[in-house]
Order: sequence, then structure tokens, then C-alpha cells
Amino acid sequence: MNHALYLAATGGNSPSIPAPHVEYAQLSPMLIVFGAAVLGILAEAFLPRKARYASQLTVALAGLCGGFAAVVILAAQGHGSTKSGLLAMGAVALDGPALFIQGVILLTAIVAVLGYGERRLEPRLNGSSVDAFAAQGAAVPGSEQERQATMAGFTTTEVYPLTLFAVGGMLLFPAANDLLTMFVALEVFSLPLYLLCALARRRRLLSQEAAVKYFLLGAFASAFFLFGTALLYGYAGSVSLPEIADVIAGTAPTTPALAVTTQNDALLLIGLAMLAVGLLFKVGAVPFHSWTPDVYQGAPTPVTGFMAAATKTAAFGALLRLFYVAFPGLRWDWRPVMWGVAILTMVVGAILAVTQQDVKRLLAYSSIAHAGFILTGVIATNKQGLGAVLFYLLAYSFVTLGAFAVVTLVRDSKGEATHLSSWAGLGRRSPLLAAVFALFLLAFAGIPLTSGFTGKFAVFQAAAAGGATPLVIVGVLSSAVAAFFYIRVIVLMFFSDPQPGGPAVAVPSAMTATAIALGVLVTLGLGLLPQYFLDLASKAAVFVR
Amino acid sequence: MSYLLTATCAVPAVGAVLTAALPAGSDETRRRTTKAVALTVSLATLVLTAVIAARFDSGGARYQLTESYSWIRSFGISFSLGVDGIGAVLALLTAVLVPVVMLASWNDADPVRNPDGTFENLRRTQAFFALVLAVEAMVLVSFLATDVFVFYVFFEAMLIPMYFLIGGFGDRAGGPDSGAQRSYAAVKFLLYNLLGGLVMLAAVVGLYVIASDQGFASFDLPTLTNAISDGKLVIDPTAEKALFLGFFFAFAVKAPLWPLHTWLPNAMGEATAGTAVLITAVVDKVGTFAMLRFCLGLFPHASRTFGPAILVLSLIGIVYGALLAVGQKDIKRLVAYASISHFGFIIMGIFAFTSQGQSGATLYMVNHGISTAAWMLVAGFLISRRGSRLIADFGGVQKVAPVLAGTFLLGCLATLSLPGMAPFVSEFLVLVGTFSKYPALGIVATFGIVLAALYALLLYQRTMTGPVKAGVEGMSDLKVRELLVVAPLVALTLLLGVYPKPLTDLVNPAVNATLSQVHQSDPAPAHPVAATSGGEQK
Repeated sequence: MNHALYLAATGGNSPSIPAPHVEYAQLSPMLIVFGAAVLGILAEAFLPRKARYASQLTVALAGLCGGFAAVVILAAQGHGSTKSGLLAMGAVALDGPALFIQGVILLTAIVAVLGYGERRLEPRLNGSSVDAFAAQGAAVPGSEQERQATMAGFTTTEVYPLTLFAVGGMLLFPAANDLLTMFVALEVFSLPLYLLCALARRRRLLSQEAAVKYFLLGAFASAFFLFGTALLYGYAGSVSLPEIADVIAGTAPTTPALAVTTQNDALLLIGLAMLAVGLLFKVGAVPFHSWTPDVYQGAPTPVTGFMAAATKTAAFGALLRLFYVAFPGLRWDWRPVMWGVAILTMVVGAILAVTQQDVKRLLAYSSIAHAGFILTGVIATNKQGLGAVLFYLLAYSFVTLGAFAVVTLVRDSKGEATHLSSWAGLGRRSPLLAAVFALFLLAFAGIPLTSGFTGKFAVFQAAAAGGATPLVIVGVLSSAVAAFFYIRVIVLMFFSDPQPGGPAVAVPSAMTATAIALGVLVTLGLGLLPQYFLDLASKAAVFVR
Repeated sequence: MSYLLTATCAVPAVGAVLTAALPAGSDETRRRTTKAVALTVSLATLVLTAVIAARFDSGGARYQLTESYSWIRSFGISFSLGVDGIGAVLALLTAVLVPVVMLASWNDADPVRNPDGTFENLRRTQAFFALVLAVEAMVLVSFLATDVFVFYVFFEAMLIPMYFLIGGFGDRAGGPDSGAQRSYAAVKFLLYNLLGGLVMLAAVVGLYVIASDQGFASFDLPTLTNAISDGKLVIDPTAEKALFLGFFFAFAVKAPLWPLHTWLPNAMGEATAGTAVLITAVVDKVGTFAMLRFCLGLFPHASRTFGPAILVLSLIGIVYGALLAVGQKDIKRLVAYASISHFGFIIMGIFAFTSQGQSGATLYMVNHGISTAAWMLVAGFLISRRGSRLIADFGGVQKVAPVLAGTFLLGCLATLSLPGMAPFVSEFLVLVGTFSKYPALGIVATFGIVLAALYALLLYQRTMTGPVKAGVEGMSDLKVRELLVVAPLVALTLLLGVYPKPLTDLVNPAVNATLSQVHQSDPAPAHPVAATSGGEQK
């Protein structure tokens, strides 16, 4: 055995290992984004400081738009439906859910990068305008070096390639068709996010604390995922999702090794539980949610918006593929557990949000509650549920991005004013902005004519059709609780008297304005005329095996 | 397919946008243009609703002039409109009252003039008239919608223009802290109704989930009610009760039914007289209308189960509202409490499950709308002349302004259901309908009429008779515009009092259809007592 391995590795005369066949064209969304990321690193290394911002922004936007164009072309060619299949020796799946989720992630990233590029909110330093990111990430907070870097008006333009790497990983994550590829994708998008979290310009200690927490817990979750992968390999003798499914179903050709390992259900169940822990952590489901409020609060707000929208989308994509492709045969084992997780997530998210005093923490708890609502769609385990989750992710991403973009605009002398008390009376001082934020909150609350209602309705309907009616009841009740804290903020903005010396609303550049406008447009569009997108999501809702 | 119903709802909606977009200015002509445009739009709407009522064939199908446009196919939602007798009558009421309210509020929304001659809030006029038209459009859709979801959306959306009407355009007789009181009233109105709406939303989703489970993935009201009455769609009794309560809670807040009524006196007290009429005579009617159409049609068993409890609540509302009206010092709050008492009668008529009761309740909605509008609007004229809402500030007005006092007396008499006036007919029907099934309730409810005489006549006596109070001496009598406001309302009150047949002809088939949905029929006339002693209850 060792001998054969040696021969193959040295490229000897063994004909049994062919060069891997890679479908570059069909992998192009990821390749384009990774290519742009590499280009961004080169730009960071070789371009003068002054030219970096414009070129990084251009490269990032061009890469993301290119990636999105590739997704659209692939979908138009039918790769999402009739021509869906496996790529790169079965490591990557190209099918409806993958393309839909990749499209959502890319759109999300485009809007998020618009927020990254915003340079009109912070006061100018040394004649140059700066953004929400630290002057110099390596400078210790409070040190002389940091002061100098800040006074010099430095900016951290590495955030663009970092984000592109994260996006590349996120594109791969929901498309990964084996556990190892999934793990690699998980790491590829997680590591840049840890860094991005630490790069806030203001309140740097809070930001670094958030990054450390996220990193430690994230590493822990990754370890769980990896251990789960190992156990499942031990059980099924394969890391490929369809092959695992075949082994579970008993349709795989039996080998002597399999005959032994498949006796041991503990390997399978513990392995599945560990994989689920890893993914539920990324999704922010209770009881793996505790990082969410701290990280959302500490991270630079544009990054928070990006994380909240894109990470959740990617992680749900992977979760869906795992449960629908690899473990449909184990439905009766994982569904009860996921019921518990979903109920806990909805209830805890909604109830804890009621007590929050900080806008970013409030949105964090609301994102937890929403993870619960999406989980009800996952648990439906039917085509409707899959389509509903896809639609929900699209709707939720844009509301989230818009809401966090609004948060960046409400500022006082210390930066963003995120304490809720300082939002009192905002509706009187800037009615338009308050109205936009109110719209996003109403969408979060699931009020009809907004995208939030359509999404919630779709998942609840699917869950009920899938036999999870009690889950729907809990969902509706916790929506009602959740609606109260959203409406509490609206009441605060419109019906309370403004505080003296409260925050002002900064006038953003065209980029943040575009991000918010897109959020409003999608929120209303998916609320008023959702049929096209519901059809799209429902058409995309078939996994390839 | 005819487009009549959509057009009827679209005219005020488009008119609202148009009115809001008209140029603002401090000069009188621009304001007058705005008002004229809005009034014309509302009159056009009145013509269209009259056409609907004329084309409605009371011997024909349950829902007529139906239209349906697919909206969200995946959830079985379509923008479906259709009119039945009850809807036609209430749409007509709305369309009659809106131009009257506009004419009555002609100068209430003019920009505030500062002492230095400059104007504040130049767009006030545009905003007020646009909001009134927006409310009209949404109310009309609610009366005509045959899709549960569409109804829900417009039922809720109505809150937004109403909130701004209450909070933004107050009564100028309020006093120093009237701004704070007004915004308190507006927020209270909004939060009460929003709470009701959220509970109803949960029930709407629940209804769909249950219906789609059994193959009725639709929000279409006729489809659902037919399936329920044919036994094809079976809702588990516990679920049905929960859904019924979800719907009923929202409607009971809106109507309002005791003990969910407390927002109404605040809102009616602080708003302008015109807005107060919109609240009590138009918007609140959507609540009682929806009980009749949605609660009874969709949840017949639960309606029967909860009927007695609701009757008791409505009885408490009748007596409680009337008692509190007797004790009020503020004219507008008195009218509000009187309305709470009247809403008790309407709800009692609905849940007595007799054809007289329900016909009476529907007529009551119309008659209460017209008579309260007359009463409240004249009260508004009175209040704006004196600059105070307190009863104690008036006295002897009939010597100074006899026409005003006379029309006010008519309003008072209509409210206490004097025979010959329209409200008498409906109140009588409701009481007869209730008595034939629940004699005890009917007897207690009759005290409501006695109390009504007390509060209405005491109000007249204190404000209009006696020596002329200081501050009342120079009071002018009704102007031409104000006479134009009062005349149609008084005429309708008298006409419908002696000849209600056109309305009953429209209403009766719809009422019978509703009653057959809840499997209820009138008790046999020969043995009224035997019919109530069991048997009927399920």
C-alpha cells in the first residue's frame, strides 16, 4: 500500500490516477472572486497608498459583479435546473440552490462593499477622508503608533481583498458536495471575517474583543465540524455527501469494512451532531448563539451588515445541503433535535431582544430569532421548505444590509450612536431616515407588504405542510413578541421627544445611499410583487446528488 | 368582469395622491383649489357607489360585480372585490359621509397663522384632504374585499392615515397642553389597533395554514366559507376557537367593544370634529362589518360558542357607555361614550343570531353613522364658535343661534332613538331580535335607551337652554356651508326613519345568507321562550 502511494506521488508509471478534470467555466463565479481577491492583495502590496482605495474598490466591485454575472449566465444556461451536476470530481455541486444562494451572497457582498467604501461619515484627517476601518490594524489601541497612523489619515484598504476571500469561501460553502470541501470553505470564509471584525476605527478594544471571541468560539465550532467529518468518514468510508446518504440508506455496495462500521450508529449520530453544531454556530442558532450580540456590536458596522446577511445565507445553504443531500435518511433522528433548536432559537431571540438597549445588539438578537424562523423552513424537509428558505434568505439579506447601513448614519461626536435612548425622536429630526428604518423594522417584524411577511409566510406554510404545525404556532407567537420590540423602536423614533445633544444624521455619499435605496427597493418589491422571486426560488429548489 | 368596484376604490386613492401633490401656498385661492379638487373626487366616489348600489340585484348572487386579479399566486392571494348588500350599504354610507366631513372641516386644516403674519405648515390643507381621501379608499376596499388577506392589509393600512389625522390636526379648543394630549390620543389609537392587527395577522396565517393543509390554498372568502359550510374544510374546534378570537379581538378593538374601548374617547376628544366623525361613523364600522362577514362566515361554530359571552360584553358596553356619557363634562367625549353604547347595540344585534337582530345591526351601522355625524359636526361648529369643549362653558345658545340649536336638538333626538328618526328603526329591530332569543338581555339593553335620553337631553338642556352664558352672547348662527353639511344628514335621518325599505331590501338577503352560514334561524314566533331554552346552542 505504501509502495503504491509512493509510486503515485512520484508520478511514476502508474496510470491509475488521472489528472483531475475541472470544469473551469462552471466554477467561474468562485474563480472570478478569488482572482479579484488575489489581484487586491497584489494591489495592496505594490500600489502607492494614495491609489489603493480607488483601485481596491474598483477591483472588489468588478470581481463581485463579474461573479454575479457568471452566476446569472450559468443559471440562464440551465445549470440550476436541467443541466445541474457535480463539478471538480464530485467535490462541488452546481444546482439550483447553489446558484440561488451564490447569487444572493454576491448581491449582498456588492451592497456591503458599497458600505465599506463610504468615506464621508468620519471627519477628515490630515486632508484625507477615512472610513469605518482602523487606521492601522497592527497598531495597539491607545498607543503612540496608533495616534500617528490616525493623524496621518491612514486607512486599512486590506478589507476589500479580505472580504473577497470571505465571499469566495461563502460561494463554495453551500456548493460543497463533500465534507472536506465544506470544511475548507468554512475556514476560507471564517478567517477573513475574524480579521474584519477586529478592524473598527472607533472603540477598537470592543472590536478586538469581539474578534477574539468570534475567533475562539469559531475555531471551536470548526473543530467540532472537523471531528464530525472524521467520525462520519469512519462510519461511511467517504466524505462525499451523496455517498454518505447511500451508505445510510443501505444502497451502497457493501464492503467488508463498511459491514463493520455501519454496525456502529454512534459514529453516525455523534458525527452528524458535531457537523450540526459547527453549522448552527455559523447560523447563530440557540444554544450556539452567544457570540452573536458581542460580535455584531463590536465589529465595524459595514462588516456587521455583511456578516449578518452573507454568513447566514452561506451557512444556511450548507445546512440545507447537508440535511437534504447527506442525511435525508436520518430525518427521524435529526428532526426532533432541530425542532428543539428552532423553538429555542425563535423564543430566546425574540425574548432577549425585548430587553436590549443597543441598536446593534437588538439587530443581533433579531437575527437570532430570524435564524429560528428560517430553521422552521429547513425542518419542513420538502420542496416548498427549500424554496421558502431560499426566498427568506434573499429577503432577509437586503433588510439586514439596509438596517445596518442606516445604523452607520446616526452619529454623534464619538462615532455611531448605537444606544437606543439616543435614537429617541429621530423621526422628528430626520423623518426620511427614520421612515426608512421603520420600514426595515416592519419587514423584520413580518408586517404584510414587506419582504419579511412574504418570507415568513412561505416558511411557516412549508413547515405546516411538512407536518410541523406546533413549530408554526411557536413561530407565529414569537413573531408577535418580536413585532413588539421592533414597534417599540418605531415608537421611540417617532413618538418620543429628542434628547438634547442627541445624535445627528450624517449625510452619506452616493454609495451608502445606494445601499439603503436597494434595501428599500427589495424590501418593498418582495413584499408587494413577490411572485416572480417565489417562482424563482421554487424552481431552484432541487438539489443535485 | 366589470371594473366598477376597482374604479370606486381607485378614484379616492388617486385623488389622495393628486391632492397631496397640489401646490401649497399661503393665498386663499390655492387652498380653495385643493379643497375643491378633494371634494370633487369624493363626490365622484359617491356617484360610483350609488351606481354600485343601483346595479346590485338583491335577488341575485351573494357577491356581485366581482373582480379578481392574481396577486401572490403561491399563497393563493388575489385582489378580489365583490359586493353584497351589507357591503353596498356601508360603502354608500362612507361615500356620503366623506364629502360631508370635508365640507364640515373646510377651514379646520388651514395653515396656522403666526402673530407676525407668516404661515406655518403651508401643506396642512393638502395633507388633511389627501389623508381623508386615503382613508376613504382604504375603507372602501375593506367593505368590498372578498379576499381575507386583501381585507387584512387594508384594515391595517387604514391606521396610518388615521394616525396622522388624529395626531396632526387637532381641535383648536383643546387648551394649553392640547398638543401633548393629542399625540397621546394618536399613539393610544395606533397601539391599540396595532395590537389587534398583530393578533389577527397570526390568525390569518393560521387560517391559511389549516386551509391549505386540506387543499384549500386560498384566501378567497366565498371559497373558504362555502367549503366550511359544505363540510369540505373542517377546522378542529380548538383551532377554530383560537382563530375566531384572533379575528374577533382585532374587530372588537376597532369597533370598539367594552373593555377594549378606552382609545375611542381620547381619539374623538382630541381630533377635529370631522376626524371624529371619520373614526366613529366610518372606520369603526369596518370592525362591526368584519365581525358579520368574517367571524360569522369563517368560524360559524366558534361564533355560536362565544356568542353569549360577546352578548354580555356588548350589554355591559351599552350600559357602561351610556352611564359614562351622562357624566361627561366634555361634549366630544360625551359623543364618544354615546357611540360606545351604540356599538354595544350593533354587536348585540350581530351575535343575537336572529334576522331582525342582524338586519337591525346593519341598519344601525348606517343610522348611527348618519345621526352621529350630524350630532358631532354640529357640536364641532358649536365648539369652534366658543373655543371650548366643556359643557359648562355653554348655556342659552338657542336664544342666540336658533338654527344651530335646532339642528343640535335633532342630533340629540336621533341619538336617543326618537320614533320617526332613523336610529329608532334599527334600535327597535336589534332589541326585538335580541328579545326573541334572550329576553333578559333585551330587557337590560332597554335601559340603554333610557340612559340615552338622559345624556342627550341633559346635554341639550345644559348647553342650549337657560340664560345666555358669558362668551356665548355673540355666537353666530349656522352659515351656508354649515347648513349644507347638516341638511343632507338631517334629511337622511328623517327619510330612513319613515321609509327604511330601500336599505332593508339591500341588507336582508345578505343577512339571511350570513345566518344560514352559522346554521341559525329565527326562533319560531309561537314559542319564543322554548326556542331559547337549549337546542339552538349547537
